[in-house]
Amino acid sequence: MEMPAPDVKIMAMKAKLVERLQSVLPFEAVIHDEVQTRAYECDALTAYKCPPLCAVLPASTEEVAAVLKICFEEGVPVVPRGSGTSLAGGALPTADCVILGVAKLNDVLETNYDDRYIRVQSGRTNLSVTGAVEENDFFYAPDPSSQLACAIAGNIAMNSGGAHCLKYGVTTNNLLGVTMVQMDGTIVEIGGAHLDSGGYDLLGLTCGSEGQMGVVTEATLRILRKPEGARPVLMGFDDNEVAGACVADIIKAGVLPVAIEFMDRPVIRATEAFAGAGYPDCEALLIVEVEGSPGEIDEQLGKIMEIARRHNPVELRESTSAEESAKIWLGRKSAFGAMGQINDYMCLDGTIPVSELPYVLKRIGELSKQYGLDVGNVFHAGDGNMHPLILFDANKEGDLELCEAMGADILRLCVEVGGCLTGEHGVGIEKRDLMFDQFAPEDMEAQMKVKDVFDPKWLLNPAKVFPLSVTETRRAG
Amino acid sequence: MMTPDSEAALAEAVAGAKGPLRIQGGGTRPIGQAEGEVLSTTGLSGIELYEPGALTLVAKAGTPVAVIEAALAKENQRLPFEPMDHRALLGSKGEPTIGGVVATNASGPRRIQAGACRDSLIGVRYVDGQGTVIKNGGRVMKNVTGYDLVKLMAGSHGTLGVMSEVGFKVLPGIEATATLVLNGLDVTRAVEAMSMALGSPFEISAAAHFPETGQTTLRLEGFEASVTYRMTQLRALLDGFGDMEELHGDASRDLWAATRDVTHFAGTDGDLWRISVKPSDAPDVVKQLPDGAKLSLDWGGGLIWAVVPEGADIRAALGGIAGHATCLRGSAPTFHPEPAALAMISNGLRAQFDPRGILNTGLMG
Repeated sequence: MEMPAPDVKIMAMKAKLVERLQSVLPFEAVIHDEVQTRAYECDALTAYKCPPLCAVLPASTEEVAAVLKICFEEGVPVVPRGSGTSLAGGALPTADCVILGVAKLNDVLETNYDDRYIRVQSGRTNLSVTGAVEENDFFYAPDPSSQLACAIAGNIAMNSGGAHCLKYGVTTNNLLGVTMVQMDGTIVEIGGAHLDSGGYDLLGLTCGSEGQMGVVTEATLRILRKPEGARPVLMGFDDNEVAGACVADIIKAGVLPVAIEFMDRPVIRATEAFAGAGYPDCEALLIVEVEGSPGEIDEQLGKIMEIARRHNPVELRESTSAEESAKIWLGRKSAFGAMGQINDYMCLDGTIPVSELPYVLKRIGELSKQYGLDVGNVFHAGDGNMHPLILFDANKEGDLELCEAMGADILRLCVEVGGCLTGEHGVGIEKRDLMFDQFAPEDMEAQMKVKDVFDPKWLLNPAKVFPLSVTETRRAG
Repeated sequence: MMTPDSEAALAEAVAGAKGPLRIQGGGTRPIGQAEGEVLSTTGLSGIELYEPGALTLVAKAGTPVAVIEAALAKENQRLPFEPMDHRALLGSKGEPTIGGVVATNASGPRRIQAGACRDSLIGVRYVDGQGTVIKNGGRVMKNVTGYDLVKLMAGSHGTLGVMSEVGFKVLPGIEATATLVLNGLDVTRAVEAMSMALGSPFEISAAAHFPETGQTTLRLEGFEASVTYRMTQLRALLDGFGDMEELHGDASRDLWAATRDVTHFAGTDGDLWRISVKPSDAPDVVKQLPDGAKLSLDWGGGLIWAVVPEGADIRAALGGIAGHATCLRGSAPTFHPEPAALAMISNGLRAQFDPRGILNTGLMG
């Protein structure tokens, strides 16, 4: 993956830059030692690494503004970083950039149960937002798999989803307001505890902009009362197509489960070996979860199982207790770990129209044979958000490149059938060069014009999202 | 008036425009003033794709809302956000279009549960101010590929581009509906009751209050048995709020259709305002409104409709309360003034999307 060559002029002024940053931050909040900066050399896309010029850890919105103002004046690129869990390389540094980490910004600023929102600093982890309100039986709905570690700042930057977004939506549907610092140090408030915008929807525009429009330091998030209960049913099928048809029938029947998760045979086998969740050895497995009171759950699961029976499942197992529910979810939740035990893997994130599921799974199987790399599929079936896991050996010469080429083919396939490159992980550097496959040049130009407004000098996370060839003149300033 | 019958013709019309254009769908939402030759999208009509099993629908922007709702109803599905019909309230005529719904981000009582129009919108195609066709988003419900211009277009009132096609995530239809009506509460107590209900696990899909009748209304939707169960639970929860009654079936549906369209303020005189605040600020807002104001609350108190004496400066009256106020009828500027830094961004976006300044010129600043 190509990154822009570092600017030698910026590299040469490191000492001056560090001195200026130290004048607005506590001494220990400016990390410039070459050993220590290596802690920031990559995110969860570990195949790519590059230590930044330095890293800063501001502890307030004002400190963030002071840092950005200095970098703006000096013309230094800034890469914002939440917890560094991006699978797309969203927080990958360049050698001439300042990493701006929000890890010290992790306070809860306000909880309001009457109006059902919480205001937090953006470095707070996703799960600890729910942690702050769960004693009152509330929760924050978006639940990316990395929720134990990932920061709200990164969730907003990537518009993160999760297993339960079929019912509750993704980050943008649960975000009410932000405090954001622009590249020149201007602090803006967008949205708030009220609903919708009086003018343009700048909140919706900035959510998912991958740290390219500003650095979010505080967020107002919608919180919801926990449902009375939730219970899954597990169903196994001997055909992917039948499982896909079952998903469509469940949705058409008017039941809206909170989650419909899909696993194929390679993933089922891997998770069985790893976690022993007691899954049947079959072609396709669905986990469908519904919420409500015990009576409501019975009624919904009854309807769902009736539909499933029409598709001749090889296994149909309704959870009747918390233990059984946990066991059903165990395999799904350990799927990535299980695949990781077999080999290195690359996790893709394309979304497809649900109707194209059987065709896309068949084509992925063919690509797997063609490239000689194994693939497992585990994904959110209700919304068509695929997560093919391509297995490869990072220590084998050329295997990463082969895997990337196959990944690109799968993502092109997703676009071809009417879907998109990324459903919840973001473009980052990983899908950057595939943007031409989804967008015409004028579509991308329209997006880049938005960045021109927020960050005219293209200093904020400049080498991400758009192919380098189309941003070159803009990045040159 | 220009009524192009294809996206290409629409693009040509914009590219060739010599002066300002007034962008119009069905013309049923006359919100704010824009001068210029009318450019109508009604020539772009028809559902392009509808996959009930994938909960997605894509239609040309000029498609009548009624056509879309009929197609959805046939498959027992619906638009999640319950779009408002402005005709009764604004005394307008014509056929509302889906593009007009998106341009105004028109969202009804269910907004508090299912989100606004912008939350269900998954894709757009539009013609920018120079006549270039742009697409953003698509036909899948989870998509973070590139910037979310879909949200930006929702509620941009035709000032950033003329939409030619819009795509939605839709939801299954509703088997049963019922409304719990609390009688005789003042605004403060009504907001308390609504907050308590909305903070319960019983999935309230709408909550409104009408000071004139003293009625507070709470809606439950879902499978029959579930609605019955939750009604019992809700009554127990709100036991301390006094007199209550229930509405079921059509009586409940009719009440919420009227609430959605604000028909109780149809044919009124005076300025008409739509105010968005956090629900617990609603009693303060009500106190600040001038004598003679008529008002109603939706969204659990977060949305306040107010009819006030002509010329009353509502934004000044709301001074310290966070939120925004839109003037749908009256001499005040239509849209809430933005703080300087945000106004700069909005102006910048307009200059990028419509450098000649010809799309609904001056409507949003």
